[in-house]
Amino acid sequence: MLLECRDVRKVFGDHVILDGLTLDVAEHEVVALIGASGSGKSTLLRCVNLLTEIDDGTITLDGDEITDPRADPDAVRQRIGLVFQSYNLFPHMTVLDNITLAPVRVHKKPLKDAREQALQWLDRVGLADRSDAYPDRLSGGQQQRVAIVRALVNSPRLLLLDEVTSALDPELVGEVLSMIRDLKGEGMTMVLATHEMGFAKQVADRVAFLDGGRVLEQGPPEQVLGDPVEARTRQFLARIIEAGRL
Amino acid sequence: MTYRPSTRQQERIAYRRGRAVRSVLLAAASTAVVGLGLAFGITGAPGWERVKESFFDPETAVEYLPQILEGLLLNLKLLVVCATCALTLGLLVAVLRTLRGPVFFPVRALATGYTYSFRGLPLIIVIYLFAFGIPGLRLQGTPDVLVLGAAAIIVTYGAYLAEVFRAGIESVHPSQIAAARSLGLSYRQAMRHVVLPQAVRRVAPPLLNDTVALQKDVGLISLAGPIDAIRAAQIGVAQDADFTPYIVAGVLFVLLALPLISVTDWVTLRAARRQNAGT
Repeated sequence: MLLECRDVRKVFGDHVILDGLTLDVAEHEVVALIGASGSGKSTLLRCVNLLTEIDDGTITLDGDEITDPRADPDAVRQRIGLVFQSYNLFPHMTVLDNITLAPVRVHKKPLKDAREQALQWLDRVGLADRSDAYPDRLSGGQQQRVAIVRALVNSPRLLLLDEVTSALDPELVGEVLSMIRDLKGEGMTMVLATHEMGFAKQVADRVAFLDGGRVLEQGPPEQVLGDPVEARTRQFLARIIEAGRL
Repeated sequence: MTYRPSTRQQERIAYRRGRAVRSVLLAAASTAVVGLGLAFGITGAPGWERVKESFFDPETAVEYLPQILEGLLLNLKLLVVCATCALTLGLLVAVLRTLRGPVFFPVRALATGYTYSFRGLPLIIVIYLFAFGIPGLRLQGTPDVLVLGAAAIIVTYGAYLAEVFRAGIESVHPSQIAAARSLGLSYRQAMRHVVLPQAVRRVAPPLLNDTVALQKDVGLISLAGPIDAIRAAQIGVAQDADFTPYIVAGVLFVLLALPLISVTDWVTLRAARRQNAGT
């Protein structure tokens, strides 16, 4: 297994967000996390990237326990890419500088090589002509694609995507989703928290339904989304259908 | 076919133009009234003749202008040195105050204590302490009074500027640090490349404003002895029993401040525009 989360617990004050959650992700696998707001999807992703410290359990990546307090979080994060709902591009840097910051500063790549690699990526996602623009000149969909490229140039073992289309206008969702579909084609291992059930169905190898801080039900998308076993999952999906999002 | 405004739109344009002319005329009239009132009020005052002689005497002004200008050169040098050092000190202290973890507790405590005490202490007292207290210790290699006075100004202003920098650092959204850390940047690198550039841009207007205040306060160094523009004027006042040299020094200080003030306004305006351009 590439990623193993065992009995992960996370508490904020009196609020139990993750309550003994267990989830495995194999190499080249794409896992979609679904569930109501507050079910712990984003928290789990932040815990895996060590931005949030867990209160119990273990998380291992490639067999190394990354939640060991002696582990170097910077080194762990260099192996994991995280893309945020609100893009979080650096507003004072151009698109190109956003992308080359980590390769140059963290991976000590020569600036010239880093720029070349960044431009190749931008070309692939159709943004080569925006390389010198500042983020506030880009549409939401363009910003999110830059954010994904920024995570990918570090060649992560695992890519975490936290509701990457939630902040986008409906007509811009497609361009981001098609990029993620391409990444799956290349064998990138991904864990994505999403509200896009249709997309989860298309791209995910497995869908995990989070409820009450645990994985209540998981399996192939057709089964979990089409014929769920658990009553809670059925309720959740019924609400989604009611809102016209499936 | 070319576009021609509709009759309704033409009416609107004509109306707005009329209003604009009217407000310009009103502004001119009210400015004239206030100006004349001030001029008559002051020159018509019973003591005006005496005040004119002892504060606005052209001969005295010309006589002391060279000395005061020479003093002003010292002010200018002090301003450059003090502003550079105080900004550096302020930035350093602000960053030290943001450090987390038990190892840094003493550093944090010292930095906090420093900003609390030196923002409270009047600059005059700090100058006396540094310029007369430190030489009083009779240590070997005690620097010149000028250097000690400058140090007092730097230490006092550094405390203010540190708080401005800290406000800027705290105004950068935590998601920016999260994004930087998620890319594998260390805390230092995230601070250096992501947080500080945004923070400094945001607080540039208040920083420059404090620099304008600093350019007046460097004159307080005259308390410790060095002859700056204010001291030079004071000597003139004492010799002729005429306050005109003070007015000369005051006008020169305003002239010195003008470029800095206009830069401040420009930077503030630009920052406001950037802010409105969207996130």
